[in-house]
Amino acid sequence: MNKETTTKVDATKMIDIVIDDRKISVPSGTMLLDAARQNGFHIPTLCYHEDLSRAGGCRLCIVEIEGQRALTASCAYPITQPIKVKTTSRRVREARKTTLELLLSEHCGDCYSCVRNGNCELQSLAKEHGLAKLPFGHPTEKAFALDTLSPSIVRDMDKCVDCGRCVRTCKELQGIGVFETVGRGNRKGISTFQNKPMAEVGCINCGQCVNRCPTGALTEKDSTEDVWAAINDPTKHVVIQTAPAPRAAVGEEFGLDPGNAMTWELNTALRQIGFDKVFDTNFTADLTILEEGTELILRLYKNLVEKDTSQPLPQFTSCCPGWVKFFEHVHPEMLAHVSSAKSPQQMFGALIKTWYAQLNDIDPESIVSVSLMPCSAKKFECNRPEMRDSGLKDVDFVLTTRECAKMIREAGIHLPSLPKSDFDDPFGTATGSGVIFGNTGGVMEAALRSVLEFVTGLKVEDIFENANILPVRGMEGCRFAEVKVPEKVGPVPPMIAHLVPNWEWLAGQTLRVGIAHGTKNARKILDDVADGGFFSTCHFIEVMACPGGCIGGGGQPIPTSPAIRQARADAIYKEDLAYGSKGSVRKSHENPAVLRIYKDFLTEGPCGPKSHELLHTSYWPRGKFIGSW
Amino acid sequence: MNIRNEVTFSTIRPRDGLKAALEKSRTEVVDDILRSGLKGRGGAGFPTGIKWKLAAEEKADEKYIICNADEGEPGTFKDRVIFSEWADLVFEGMTIAGYAVGAKTGIIYLRGEYGYLRQALEDKLAARHQEGLLGDKIMGKEGVSFDIHIHMGCGAYVCGEESALIESLEGKRGEARNRPPFPVAKGLFGKPTVVNNVETLAWVAAIFALGPDWFKHVGTEKSSGYKLLSISGDVAKPGVYEFPMGTKISAILKTAGADRPKAAVVGGASGILVPAKDFKRAICFEDVSTGGSVIVLSEDRDFLDILENFQEFFADESCGQCTICRLGNVKLLEGIRLLKEGRCTTKHLQKLCTLGAAMQAASKCGLGQASPNMFLSVLQHFKGEVLGRPQAEDHFANKRKAS
Ligand SMILES: Cc1cc2nc3c(=O)[nH]c(=O)nc-3n(C[C@H](O)[C@H](O)[C@H](O)COP(=O)(O)O)c2cc1C
Ligand code: SF4
Ligand code: SF4
Ligand code: SF4
Ligand code: SF4
Ligand code: FES
Repeated sequence: MNKETTTKVDATKMIDIVIDDRKISVPSGTMLLDAARQNGFHIPTLCYHEDLSRAGGCRLCIVEIEGQRALTASCAYPITQPIKVKTTSRRVREARKTTLELLLSEHCGDCYSCVRNGNCELQSLAKEHGLAKLPFGHPTEKAFALDTLSPSIVRDMDKCVDCGRCVRTCKELQGIGVFETVGRGNRKGISTFQNKPMAEVGCINCGQCVNRCPTGALTEKDSTEDVWAAINDPTKHVVIQTAPAPRAAVGEEFGLDPGNAMTWELNTALRQIGFDKVFDTNFTADLTILEEGTELILRLYKNLVEKDTSQPLPQFTSCCPGWVKFFEHVHPEMLAHVSSAKSPQQMFGALIKTWYAQLNDIDPESIVSVSLMPCSAKKFECNRPEMRDSGLKDVDFVLTTRECAKMIREAGIHLPSLPKSDFDDPFGTATGSGVIFGNTGGVMEAALRSVLEFVTGLKVEDIFENANILPVRGMEGCRFAEVKVPEKVGPVPPMIAHLVPNWEWLAGQTLRVGIAHGTKNARKILDDVADGGFFSTCHFIEVMACPGGCIGGGGQPIPTSPAIRQARADAIYKEDLAYGSKGSVRKSHENPAVLRIYKDFLTEGPCGPKSHELLHTSYWPRGKFIGSW
Repeated sequence: MNIRNEVTFSTIRPRDGLKAALEKSRTEVVDDILRSGLKGRGGAGFPTGIKWKLAAEEKADEKYIICNADEGEPGTFKDRVIFSEWADLVFEGMTIAGYAVGAKTGIIYLRGEYGYLRQALEDKLAARHQEGLLGDKIMGKEGVSFDIHIHMGCGAYVCGEESALIESLEGKRGEARNRPPFPVAKGLFGKPTVVNNVETLAWVAAIFALGPDWFKHVGTEKSSGYKLLSISGDVAKPGVYEFPMGTKISAILKTAGADRPKAAVVGGASGILVPAKDFKRAICFEDVSTGGSVIVLSEDRDFLDILENFQEFFADESCGQCTICRLGNVKLLEGIRLLKEGRCTTKHLQKLCTLGAAMQAASKCGLGQASPNMFLSVLQHFKGEVLGRPQAEDHFANKRKAS
C-alpha cells in the first residue's frame, strides 16, 4: 500500500483555501484533514491515526472538493493549490452514513460486554451519525473463532473494521509485520502468517496494535477475574507492585488530562479494593540498576582491560520483555550482548516469594503476586518458564493500566478523589531513578547516575545540573550520546570492591551510549551493531519496545498520540525531581531498602551468586522459529 | 485472428514512426503528441501529450514508461490482438515515450492469462536489440537508450488501475494509491512514471509514421483518431474492429451483425448500459467513452442475470481497502439476488440506489466508482423488467403455515 505521504509541508508557501465558506491559510503540503482539524472543523475518521501513515481506506473522512467529480479522503489529500471544500454536503453525509451501515452489517459485538464500551471509535461514529436503522442488517452470530492463545493479546475478528491500523502499527512503528492484509473483495481481511494464533507468530506482545485498534477487536488478555478471585480468597496474601508508567497515566481512565500522576491515590485505591500490600516496582528498578550497572562495569573491565570478549560490548538493556523477545527472534546469534539482569517486575516477583516471605514468615505458596504494568508483554514475561526462581511462579498475574482502572471503577471508586497514602515496607519508597524507567532514556539515565558516582566518588549533581542527564532524554527514535568520565576517579565502593581493583582504566574515557524506542528503531541499531557499524562502538544501549518507552506501553489508556505520551513523560520527570525536593534520594545506589537487601539477603553483592540465582536470567535463541513458546 | 475490418496498424511499417520521432527534439515529440489530440485508449481518456509533458518536466535520476497490458475489463480483448499482430508498434511507442520524457526503462505489465504470448514478445524484443532498436544508441543516435522488460500480472482486475499496477510492480498488494501525488510525479519506486495503454502506445508509433495531423483529422473535435473495439455478445461476427471516433453505436452494431439488440454494454462491467433507444449515440469521449469493449445483449437476455454476473465479478475483484467498495459490492449482489427472487422491497431498492451513488462518490479508485454503474443504469432504463418478479418459494412461509 502506498501509505507514505510523499508531499513535504513547505511552510514558506502559504495556500489559501476555503472550508465550508471559511477562509483559512495553510502551508503547502498540509494534509486537508490536519488543516481542517487545526482550524476547528470536525471531520470523522476511522483508519487514520496520528502515529501512522495515511491509508485513505475507510472513506469516512471524505469531503467534497469543488470541481472534483468524486469525493476526496481528506486524511490523505495534501493541499498544494487553492481549493474550496465542503465537509457537510448531502453527498458527504450520505456516503459516511452508508459506510457505517456497511461496517455494522458485518460487525458482531455486544457493546454492553465489550471492553471498549464507551471508548470505541466505531461506537462513537455510530452515535455521531445517528444510525437508527441498519438497512444491511447486523449479525448476531460470530463468524470467527476468538484467538485467546496468546498470554498477552486477544483477537476478536468479529469486531474488526478492517482499518489496517494494526497492520501499519506493527510494520511502521515496530518493524515486525505480524499482521497483513489478505484476500480480495469480500474475502479481504486482516490476518497473521497462515492465519495462525497470535501466540504462534513473531508477535513480541508489546500491544501497540491494541493501543491503536479503534474497536474491541484487539484487547489485552484480561486477568481481572483471576485477581478478584485471589483477593476474595481469605487464605491468600495478595500483594501488588505498581510501576511508574501506569501511575502517570491511570488518571486518564478517570477523565483527567494526560500528565497527572496518581501514584499516591492509587496506593489508597488498591488497598481499598483488597490488596494486602502495595509495593513500588521502583525498588527493583533500583536493584536492576545495581545489577545491570555492575554487569556493565564488569563487561567494560573484561573487554577493555582483560581483552576478554566472551561477554561482548555493547551491552543491551533487558528490562523490556517486548524488546527481549524481539531480540531473540531477530538476532539470536547476538544474545550474549543482552544484560542477564531480569526486569524489575521479575526481580520483584522472585524477592517477594523468597526474602519478603521469610521476613514476614508467610508461606510463599499462599502469596499471590500481582503487578500493575503499562504493558501487555509483561503478561507474557511472567509466564516464561524460566521465571520461577522462587520455586513458584514468581509473578502470578499482570494487570495493565486499563485493567487496573476497570477494577477500581468496578469497586465504585473515583480514583482522583481519594486521599494519598504511601507504599508498604520493607521495600518502601524508591528513588527518582526508578521512576524515570518509564521513559525512553530513563534506564540509561538512572544507570549513568549510579555508574558515574561509583567511578568518580563525586555527586552527579556536580557533573550534570540537578542530576538531569539531558543528552539521553528526548523522543528521537534512535539516539546517541557521549558521557565523559572525569580524569579524577575515586576509590571503588565497598559493594563492588571485590570485582574491580580500581577505576584508573576508566579515567578520562568517554562512555558511548545508544538509545532506541519502538522496535522499528531498535532493529536499525541492532542491525547496525551486527554489521559492525556506528552503534557497535557503543558501550551500553537501552531499548524499549514501545514508542516513548513504557509511558507509551501497550497496556496504557487508549487513545495514544505523541502529545499524550509527551505529557506522561513530563509527569514522570516531574515525579523524579520531586524526590529531590522532598529530601528523598534520586539515585538507585542510595536507596536505603536496596542497601538493606544487599546487607541482609544478597550478601555477596550485585552480580553475586544469590543475585544470579534470583535476579538474573537467560534467553532463548528463537530466530525465525515461531511457535507457542 | 478475429480481426474483422481494416485496421490502420496493418498499414504501418515498423521503424517509420521511431525514425521520424528520433529525428525530432524531445520537446517536439511531446508537442506532436499534443497536436495529434491522442487521448488514452485504456478507458479514462486522459490526453497522452499532457501526461508526457508532466513527466518530462519532472526532474529525477530515473523515470519509467509502463505499458498497461493487464486488459482485465470483461469483454475487452483488443490489446491481446495488438500484441499478437503488431507488437513492434507498441515497443516503438514505448521507446518514443521514453525518448520524450527521458526514461530509459520500459515495463510491460502483461495480463497473467496472456502468458502464452510472452515468449514471442521476448523474441521480438531480442530481435529489436539485435537491430539496434533497443539498448544503447538506438538507431545510432547518441544518448538515446531504452530497454523493455516484461512483468506478468497475476489475475487481479484492480491491477489494471495504474497506481495498483505500480504497487504490484513494487511487489506489494495491488491496491490503488491515494492521489495526489500522481504517477507522473511519483510513480514506480517514487520516480516519475508514464502509464499508457497498449493501444495508446501503438497509436503513438502510427502518429509518427503518418504525422500528427493525419490523426487529428480523423474522429471528432475532442476525440481524434480511430478506436479499436472488442465486440462480443449477441452478434454474428464477434471480434476486433476499428472505427473512427464518433461512430454511432447503431452503425457499429450493424457492422458486427447484432441480433435483435435491446441494449449494449459499452466499456465492460465498469461501463454503461446503452438501451436500444439510445443507439444513435456515438463512441467518443464527448459521448459514450470506452476502453474498447462492446457487449451486445439481445432481447432474450435477462438483465438480472447479467447484473448478477457483473456484480459477482466486482464483489470478488475489489481490492477491499475501501469500506464502501468492499462491502457495497456485496450488498448490491445480495440486492440483485433479492430482486431475482422477487423479495426486494421498494424501500430496500431505494437504499441500494443511495448505496450505489455513495459508491460512485466515495470509492478511492475507478473500480469502486464504476462498479454500481450497470446496476444503476439497468434501474434507470429497465426498471419495469427487473421489478415484480414472481416470489421464489419461501420455505419458511410454508413451514409457518404448516405449524
Ligand atoms: C479497475 C481498473 C482497471 C483498469 N484496467 C486497465 C487495463 O486493463 N488496461 C489499461 O490500459 N487501463 C486500465 N485502467 C486504466 C488505467 O488506470 C490507466 O488510466 C490507463 O492505463 C492509462 O493509460 P492511457 O492513458 O493510455 O489510457 C483501469 C482502471 C481501473 C480503475
Ligand atoms: S467494538 Fe465497539 S461497537 Fe463493537 S461491541 Fe465493542 S464497543 Fe461496541
Ligand atoms: S484488528 Fe483493529 S486495528 Fe486491526 S484492522 Fe481490525 S479494527 Fe483495525
Ligand atoms: S517498553 Fe515498557 S510497556 Fe513497552 S513492552 Fe517494553 S516494558 Fe512493556
Ligand atoms: S474503490 Fe475498490 S478497488 Fe478501488 S481502491 Fe477502493 S476498494 Fe480498492
Ligand atoms: S480516515 Fe481518511 S480514509 Fe479513513
